Amino acid sequence: MMDYLTLPWDVLGIGAFWLILMAFLVALPCSQVGSFLILRRMALTGDAISHSVFPGVVVAFYFTGDLASPWLIVGAGLAGLISTVLIELIHKRTRVKQDAAIGISFTSLFALGVVLLETMLGKNVDLDLECVLHGRLGLLLEDETLPLLGQMVPQPIIVMTGVSLVTIVLMALFYRVLLLSSFDTGLAASYGYRPALIHYGMMFAVSFIVVAAFQAVGAILVIALLILPGAAAYLCSHRLKTMLALAALHCLLSAVGGLYIHVWFDTNMAASVVVCGAVLLLLAWLLGPVDGLLWKWFKDEPEHPDNETGDKIVTHSACSH
Amino acid sequence: MATPALETHDLTVTYHKRPVLYGVDVTVPEGSLVGIIGPNGAGKSTLIKSIMGVVPSSGGWVKVFGKSLKENLHRVGYVPQRESVDWDFPVTVMDVALMGTYGRLGLFRRPGKEEKRRASEALEKVGMLPYSNRQIGNLSGGQQQRVFLARALAQDSDLYLMDEPFAGVDAATEAAIIALLKEMRERGKTVLVVHHDLQSASEYFDRLLLLNMRLVAFGKVKDVFTPELLQKTYGGRLTLLSEVADRAAKL
Repeated sequence: MMDYLTLPWDVLGIGAFWLILMAFLVALPCSQVGSFLILRRMALTGDAISHSVFPGVVVAFYFTGDLASPWLIVGAGLAGLISTVLIELIHKRTRVKQDAAIGISFTSLFALGVVLLETMLGKNVDLDLECVLHGRLGLLLEDETLPLLGQMVPQPIIVMTGVSLVTIVLMALFYRVLLLSSFDTGLAASYGYRPALIHYGMMFAVSFIVVAAFQAVGAILVIALLILPGAAAYLCSHRLKTMLALAALHCLLSAVGGLYIHVWFDTNMAASVVVCGAVLLLLAWLLGPVDGLLWKWFKDEPEHPDNETGDKIVTHSACSH
Repeated sequence: MATPALETHDLTVTYHKRPVLYGVDVTVPEGSLVGIIGPNGAGKSTLIKSIMGVVPSSGGWVKVFGKSLKENLHRVGYVPQRESVDWDFPVTVMDVALMGTYGRLGLFRRPGKEEKRRASEALEKVGMLPYSNRQIGNLSGGQQQRVFLARALAQDSDLYLMDEPFAGVDAATEAAIIALLKEMRERGKTVLVVHHDLQSASEYFDRLLLLNMRLVAFGKVKDVFTPELLQKTYGGRLTLLSEVADRAAKL
């Protein structure tokens, strides 16, 4: 048993720590912004953005030839915004509804990205489809390292630390704006907050985070990192701050669990992290302190506020008069 | 003459090039309790949303206490419809009451002791203080509406615009809300309330605003609560008759 637990460290040494840290740092900003996407009922828009940043990355890469260039983030941000504008245009200007509009815009943009990749860049570049779909988290240990505090730190970790910090500082700064505009757009607008500005600002932030996470876990799994932690935390808490903290905890546990799955079964690291995250969500659903199914089975009936029934009766009689 | 609490001139709103509200001219004196009544689709909610700038108006202007809304934003409180928010949202009763203080805090300042005191006081007033730590989804409809009112009280404004505060609440809450509104009027506040029930409208309010895409009439209840004007508002005898029949059926 002990062998299993220490196996990653025996095999990878400090590399095991870097992998966990990287997976955590990728998942963390996704989880925070994803929590708000869930509360704003925009989880699907998050999916859409994660796919549609791709053509932006390809075009920016074509001009810079450097995967680490900040222009990639700008390109991705713009592509993400284009996709949200496209969604709005389709569903406001035609009779096509929003869900279909999302389906149209992100698949088209992603496909456009694939076509651009193969025509503009040829097939022998760093930016290949394999990496776009599955990410290169597992290759972390082969990346360049930079000396920092006496340690050789893989470069992507430094980048993701920056992204995580920026995300968390921005979220803390705009916490109340995000809270109020997500909960009650009407009141927020009456305070002079600009709903459209907040919407597009948020979409730009999602694009920025997604493109940073993109190289590590790929376009498909990044969706999971946007939604899974927030959804699991949502099942466990009725307070927004607790929910955000639990989402972060979910990221950490998925990262650790993901590493074990990766080493034990020799599987793709990014997919392992997501599988672990999904298992955690399942546990949250079964055991969660708020809506946990298990607790409900133990109780005779679901919990109600003491005077709920009283109020209901009054409501009914009021209606019949 | 004293500055009116609210003045609109030629206020017009269009949705997709179709006008839903035409040239509304209204002057509401300070300290009045106004019911906005009219049939479904008359633009009652749209009227208060456009006054608040939540819905853009395509023409006309709004003045609040003699100044533009922007200059006097903190003197106006808005209570949206209860159905307009997601009650599963992970916030507590206290969190919602605190939102009433956000307007004056600006974008970045955090609510402090003073804000918490104001929110607690407001909750106390509507009888929801014992519930302050409860998640809002665990409340009944009437309790949710009280929380919304507490949030409005915490805003500490001078003019309030409320969108159907009586919708879906129990009789006890309805009585509590109307008592609260009357008390607010005593303290010199001006309150505009979108209201659905014709029968109670004449008892609850001292002024009525009859609306059907255009302003039909605005004035003291005894002057405007007349069969002719109501008929004009509700578009002819037929609708009015069915309204009465509806009410009779309910009784």
